[in-house]
Amino acid sequence: MILARVVGTVVATRKDPRLEGKKLLIVKPVSPEGKDEAGYIVAVDTVSAGFRETVICVSGSSARMADGCKDTPVDTAIVGIVDNARLD
Amino acid sequence: MYLGRVVGCLWATVKNPSMEGQRLLVVQPLTPELKPTGKKLICTDWAGAGAGELIYWVRGREASHALLPAEVPTDTTIIAIVDELSVDRNAAARRKTAAAAPPGKPLPAEPAGAGTGVAGEPIYPGNHGE
Repeated sequence: MILARVVGTVVATRKDPRLEGKKLLIVKPVSPEGKDEAGYIVAVDTVSAGFRETVICVSGSSARMADGCKDTPVDTAIVGIVDNARLD
Repeated sequence: MYLGRVVGCLWATVKNPSMEGQRLLVVQPLTPELKPTGKKLICTDWAGAGAGELIYWVRGREASHALLPAEVPTDTTIIAIVDELSVDRNAAARRKTAAAAPPGKPLPAEPAGAGTGVAGEPIYPGNHGE
């Protein structure tokens, strides 16, 4: 799983019927220190994350194991909103 | 499976219901020589690892299999705490030079202790218990 920050939303009218009602967000990977990393990902939101929030993203087939993503064509899901990360 | 070190931990109150009760730790992946490599990542913890501990973790769909019967949406899980590690990086190079050496030439010397038993005796098949 990686940390990411919500930077935008995606609107799609024509899509797989199993994705209907799912919120799609654009997230930017960040390091635990809060620094931006390369690239952007479109992720399905399962926790009602908001703009600029740091979230936990799970990718690959494990994303489909999240509640609400069973048997859906999803490969990145947001499964948590980070309160705090502590580095030793 | 990969080596890593626990370098931090993470709090998340709002979680997918299937993530409830999972410990989340920040892990720095390591090479076998224990040098940091790649980006830090977030792992669920099966082994009960603590801060600074050397662990190994598994990636992909199998990561959630470690936490069965709970179906946890995770793609990286800590599955063990490393007690001891032994790496012989020169073994492959020695084999290569031995194969390339012309016949009749002596093989490069093995380092002390390599390929020997507890008492420093070379191990041959059949010399045990005689």
